[in-house]
Amino acid sequence: MTDTAFVRREMEPTLPPPVRTTGIGAWLKANLFSTPGNALLTLVAAAFVAMIVPPLYNFLIADAVWSDPEGLRGEACRFEGVGACWIFIQARLNFFIYGFYPTEEIWRLNLMFLIGIVLIAPLLIPRAPFKRTAALLFFVVYPFVAFMLLAGGVFGLRPVRSGEWGGLTLTLIISLIGIIVSMPLGILLALGRQSKLPAIRSFCIAFIELWRAVPLITVLFMASVMFPLFMPQGVSTDTLMRAIIGICLFESAYMAEVVRGGLQAMPRGQYEAAGALGLSKPKTMGLIILPQALKHVIPGIVNTFIALFKDTSLVSIIGLFELLNTVRAAGSDPAWSSPTHAVTGYIFAGFLFWAFCFAMSRYSIYMEERLHTGHKR
Amino acid sequence: MTDNSAQLRGAPQRHDDTRTQPKTSILNDPRFRGFAYQAMLLAALVALVWWLASNAAANLAAQNKATGFGFLGQPAGFNISFTLIPFERAASYLQVYFVGITNTLLVASIGVVLATVIGFVVGIARLSSNFLIRKFATVYIEILRNVPLLLQLLFWYYLLLNALPNVRQSYTFPGGFVLNQRGFSMPAAVFDDRSWIVGLVLLASVILALLWRRHTLKRTVETGNRRPVWLPMAAIVLVPTLAALLLSGTQITFNVPELQGFNYRGGFTAPPELTALIVGLVMYTAAFIAEIVRAGILSVSHGQTEAAASLGLQEGDRLRLVIIPQAMRVIVPPLTSQYLNLTKNSSLGAAIGFPELVSVFVGTALNQSGRAIEIIGLTMLVYLTFSLTTSLFMNWYNARVALVER
Repeated sequence: MTDTAFVRREMEPTLPPPVRTTGIGAWLKANLFSTPGNALLTLVAAAFVAMIVPPLYNFLIADAVWSDPEGLRGEACRFEGVGACWIFIQARLNFFIYGFYPTEEIWRLNLMFLIGIVLIAPLLIPRAPFKRTAALLFFVVYPFVAFMLLAGGVFGLRPVRSGEWGGLTLTLIISLIGIIVSMPLGILLALGRQSKLPAIRSFCIAFIELWRAVPLITVLFMASVMFPLFMPQGVSTDTLMRAIIGICLFESAYMAEVVRGGLQAMPRGQYEAAGALGLSKPKTMGLIILPQALKHVIPGIVNTFIALFKDTSLVSIIGLFELLNTVRAAGSDPAWSSPTHAVTGYIFAGFLFWAFCFAMSRYSIYMEERLHTGHKR
Repeated sequence: MTDNSAQLRGAPQRHDDTRTQPKTSILNDPRFRGFAYQAMLLAALVALVWWLASNAAANLAAQNKATGFGFLGQPAGFNISFTLIPFERAASYLQVYFVGITNTLLVASIGVVLATVIGFVVGIARLSSNFLIRKFATVYIEILRNVPLLLQLLFWYYLLLNALPNVRQSYTFPGGFVLNQRGFSMPAAVFDDRSWIVGLVLLASVILALLWRRHTLKRTVETGNRRPVWLPMAAIVLVPTLAALLLSGTQITFNVPELQGFNYRGGFTAPPELTALIVGLVMYTAAFIAEIVRAGILSVSHGQTEAAASLGLQEGDRLRLVIIPQAMRVIVPPLTSQYLNLTKNSSLGAAIGFPELVSVFVGTALNQSGRAIEIIGLTMLVYLTFSLTTSLFMNWYNARVALVER
């Protein structure tokens, strides 16, 4: 046993220092130059950045026209190598946001937005108090108040025709109504599609598949051309209302499919447990199944909202002046003929749409993480 | 207790039940309720349809409008700026319908192919270990997904019309491609009247090659011996086709666009409307496809890679045989619905003046003929057909790749 004893007599040579795993050099190596192929990709990408960013910077900031002290309008943007024509946006901002709404009545729209923000804030912030009250006010009372402010005609408010609503305001109106109507309608359709009663099930399937098969623009054409045909004589509806009805029905079909995904993910045990507790069918749905199913599909629901918000731009094709169409209309104003104002308008509209949609998608990710209870590891 | 057990014994039980239980209201009987709900729905539907139909009939009568599909045979009397099939002013509304369908299909088929390629590249780039590439893909996706397609189309169309040079200063690319304000011109292949022989041979040899592939793979599974698949397949397709091409004496020539006078003539020219529509649709849809691809790849757990490695599979085989087939199961269903979306979104060509189905048929033809119900019905029929075909394919695919559990 003692024979095998080993005693080291010399010092072991020192090990090389460990490869750096922190600091800029290590980060660069790991993320940009890990392999020769990767290094090549990095160089190509860097060249691309170098090609894209300076012209973009020049166009949007350096060469852009920021102020128009002499009131030249289009002429201020009419020279060689001009960048973005921001004065166009400044000058027409009111039109882009409020459309043709009479200028002296714009306070009504601002008041409407203000009430909306005050009511929606407690709904969006998880820890805010008065959730139930705010929800009730927002979904039930607010639509009437908003409509009163918009259309006027009561309490001495001057009536404003729906043809004068426009800009970002109209985009928000259409998408808000779309969201508020398509959500319950979609849930009903999804439940109907799961029903055991053949007539109800086939009606819901046919309804959902029909709307989902056709493009929204056909639906809008249908709403603007065919809707009047199917109404009794003498009943006239305005274009906006027809478009909103079309959008609501269209989006509710998409919402139904999203909700169905959530319902199908519910295990049978949940239904059986609810039954064992003696809950009725409506109570099972309302208290057990739907809260869990809807929680599962929050990303899908928000994606549908985002799609709806983007889709509102299509009403410009049937002649409504929502944000995109106001930008287009202002772009063809002869007082503003210049090489870049129209593109500047598109960039501005694109940025507004992007900001709303991006905010919605970030919020959905945040909510998803917050509600991701139960199976978290 | 004894009463109960007596009741549970055999056939007379139901009889006893009805006698002993207190009679419940018929309103609480689920079966009766089911019938009642359905009857109510049907009655409401019939009433609604009857009401709408009678309104429509009254309105049409008041406006003195005719109905029916007879108008399809009448001459349309307008021209269409871009058609794949021959068309002139005297052509009928039915031909307008077909022009619309072919143009929609053209945009959809080109768009689907390009969007798939770009979408897969961007989706994989989003998972790249390279920081710059990853960020690029993220920025691309986040910008394009969150801006309305209509706005993007208008933007591209505006850019193509205003930022591109005029005819004299066109960008020319090797191979006869020309890009200017008037559109994107490219060489077109011209087939003579004997080309069908080559086409037939090509079709036959492709089928033969696919059969060969199936046979070889079966042998591989049976014997464990790997045999080359792709090289023989290429040979099976190319050799007979080239032989047919040479032996039949078919001439396939290319008609290259050339500057004549004030414009390029010859070849095939995609007008700026078509180019803008395709670019916009492809960029937009590719962003969605990229997210689908990313989700699909992430859905395959890392354990699968490790398991494949422990079976001794090499990197390429691991991806090809283990990871990608499982990722495709997650990718394909949403991918097909994106294809369908692209097809439906091609109707936005109406906004930039590309003559696809909606703009040419629902737009112009409806305005001229006034047959709203018929025209919208026919248009919806086309999109319904696309949609149903897609869902049939989806059902077939899902059944094929569904997980077979014990």
